[in-house]
Amino acid sequence: MCTCIIKVYGLSSCSHCKAARKLFDKYNIEYEYVQVDDLKGDERKAVIKEIKELNPRCSFPTIEINKETIIVGNKQNDIKKALGIKK
Amino acid sequence: MNIEQLYDALKKSQEKQGAFFNKDRDLVFELLESLQLNKERYGYMACPCRLACGDREHDKDIICPCDYRKPDMEEFGACYCGLYVSEKVNNLEIVPEHVPERRPVEKII
Repeated sequence: MCTCIIKVYGLSSCSHCKAARKLFDKYNIEYEYVQVDDLKGDERKAVIKEIKELNPRCSFPTIEINKETIIVGNKQNDIKKALGIKK
Repeated sequence: MNIEQLYDALKKSQEKQGAFFNKDRDLVFELLESLQLNKERYGYMACPCRLACGDREHDKDIICPCDYRKPDMEEFGACYCGLYVSEKVNNLEIVPEHVPERRPVEKII
């Protein structure tokens, strides 16, 4: 069981975000999900600033694992590697 | 316009421009539904994989087909969200690679 702390910044309409989230669900891995297109005003500004610090292109999904590994996009192999999933 | 009609209309108009729907039909229909949702939500078909702000003028570069589709198809064989692929990718049935974001970061607000 993965004990990683995962935060996913995504969009409700984004297929890459949906595919990445499906991977976490497939392996029953818990993650915090921030749906950025639902945010407004100061909260939205603060989250965008937060994402830009992790991923200067501010693209989706931006995935933070254990506060140290940042994966940009639905890079399934990179996500599996970061989580120690071998199959 | 329902999804099937949108699919048929876009297929016809975009293939003339060298842009072909991805062979992954589920992905294509998921993205077309998202485009319709964005049209309802923002009033324009913003790229489903990008953060739209609700201002058509500000987001005109990401109204599908976006300004970045052509350079992305030339360099990576697919557009950023994967809805469209180039003729080469279409003919050879190659699975397109990850396309990095090309939109200037200052546009994301």
